[in-house]
Amino acid sequence: MSSEKQTNPEIRMETLGLTVTYNKTVQGVKGVSMPMYNNKVTAFIGPSGCGKTTFLRSLNRMHDLLPEAEVEGKALLDGEDIYDPRIDPVVIRRKIGMVFQKPTPFPTRSIYDNVAAGLQLVGIKKKDVLDGVVERALRDAALWDEVKDRLRSPGGSLSGGQQQRLSIARALAVEPEVILMDEPTSSLDPMSTTKIEELIQELKKQVTIVIVTHNMQQAQRVSDYTAFFYVGELVEFSPTSVLFNNPTEERTKEYLQGAFS
Amino acid sequence: MADIPVTLSRAQQITPARYRAPGDLVFKIIILVLSSVVIALAFAMAIILWYEARPTFQAFGFLSFLTETTWDPVAAVHGTWPFIMGTLITSFGALLLSLLPALGVAIFVSEYAPKWVANIINYTVDLLAAIPSVVVGLWGVFIFAPFMRDTFYMPIYLWAVENAPWLEPILGAPSSYNLATATIILALMIVPYTVALSRDAIRLVPREQKEAAWALGATRWEVMRVAVLPYARSGIVAGVLLSLARALGETMAVAMLIGNRNRMPFSLFGPAATMPSVIINEFREAVETLHYTSLMAVGFYLFILTIGINLIASYVQRKLTQQRKSP
Ligand SMILES: Nc1ncnc2c1ncn2[C@@H]1O[C@H](COP(=O)(O)OP(=O)(O)O)[C@@H](O)[C@H]1O
Ligand SMILES: [Mg+2]
Repeated sequence: MSSEKQTNPEIRMETLGLTVTYNKTVQGVKGVSMPMYNNKVTAFIGPSGCGKTTFLRSLNRMHDLLPEAEVEGKALLDGEDIYDPRIDPVVIRRKIGMVFQKPTPFPTRSIYDNVAAGLQLVGIKKKDVLDGVVERALRDAALWDEVKDRLRSPGGSLSGGQQQRLSIARALAVEPEVILMDEPTSSLDPMSTTKIEELIQELKKQVTIVIVTHNMQQAQRVSDYTAFFYVGELVEFSPTSVLFNNPTEERTKEYLQGAFS
Repeated sequence: MADIPVTLSRAQQITPARYRAPGDLVFKIIILVLSSVVIALAFAMAIILWYEARPTFQAFGFLSFLTETTWDPVAAVHGTWPFIMGTLITSFGALLLSLLPALGVAIFVSEYAPKWVANIINYTVDLLAAIPSVVVGLWGVFIFAPFMRDTFYMPIYLWAVENAPWLEPILGAPSSYNLATATIILALMIVPYTVALSRDAIRLVPREQKEAAWALGATRWEVMRVAVLPYARSGIVAGVLLSLARALGETMAVAMLIGNRNRMPFSLFGPAATMPSVIINEFREAVETLHYTSLMAVGFYLFILTIGINLIASYVQRKLTQQRKSP
């Protein structure tokens, strides 16, 4: 790995010995150290319950909201620890957006106001500014053509796949540096899944993407780097082609054999 | 070979479904009869009220009885307008007074307070709802009403007489029992309901909705504003309507504290009356036919009013559950 590091792109995020403990007993993830490279897609794979979601949520301090969860170790964004007590988690979450497993539009808000929500929060009210951002975010999320004539209808009126792209547009509108996605296509049909996978390829030109997936093919299709988790531990982290074709670790090999047989 | 009969007999020990059907049928019939009785009772009540009130409607007219402002049993003139006004003023006044504090408490216990603090508050609020109305009234009569009159109403009134004479007819000379005190006590009595119902509505907001707002970099209050309150809105509205229905029908404490004056105009610090309070105060002396039938008529209108509000509330609540299932 050390020889590879020279040619590796710039590191955007990096965790150092990150451990998340639930209820002071269950370790969701144990001592994970890994980088997430700038303008690359990093995929997390592994069996269910192995800590992928737990680790992902530690990257934008979502665990702050759970009284039962405790985080140790460091998570650096551009070299700065997001768990530093001087850092405001609200600011961190604006820089590191998140897309959830289930689409989560705000059902009473219009499509427009869903996308504008993040900007309205910080007090941006100018219509022309909002109009511009909403259109760009919807275009970036490959949703603009489908909704441009009904921006005022409620976000809940869209199909599942559209709702998920709306959630992505909403995350993009605040111009985050990193976007975390937790199995974003697991509740979607194949067509919508393809759309979102293509979208991820486009988006990585602007942002750093981290995606949890239970689908090996998807990890291979969309990601540049893959991390394999097993029972709360990071077993292997490599460029995607290396991890799938030539894994170093025995446990990775076994898991991949199981998954593909 | 020997195994087969054993398995068969085991299967036979379980009574087949068609032999169990009669039990099902009996149960169905009992349920049907019981629920029909309940529904029939409600209808019977409305019909009897209306039937007993007929002489009043015949004498004054269905609508004129509603809008007539005189209620004078001695002169045999009866109109419900003062009581309708009294009921609406106290109920909506109480709703306005209780809404923000109740909503504040509901938000605090469901989103802000540590668990043990929330538990204490929830328990206290439930306890408050369990105090019998007459006990609240008793406390109001002997402690709260005199305190309010001496500490607030009197000074305010005296100040107004000197500095803002135009306020005088609105305020009125403070009497021991009055509209303001009854309204405040009523507000106190519906707070537990508004708290409990809006708290439930807020708790039903899915965690994903809140997390979506957090993930956009919302602060605690912004999460409330963007994700929680809009989602819980219709539940809160339904809760408020149910609290309103309670306020409209609340009898004992209000009757004890409102001063019972049947004549308009009412003033804030002066006595007034509500639909329930006039019924409870006069049913014993209603020996004249028209007096008796007019009380029935007041009861009939009150019945319709509270049923109406309850129906609207359940309609809103049903809308809410449909809306929640769709996304
Ligand atoms: N809120 C929680 N409280 C307690 N344990 C949790 C909580 N969330 C996750 N866990 C536990 O942490 C482990 C990792 O879960 P998770 O991160 O959801 O795995 P994955 O996303 O890979 O399926 C599991 O054993 C799970 O039961
Ligand atoms: Mg998961």
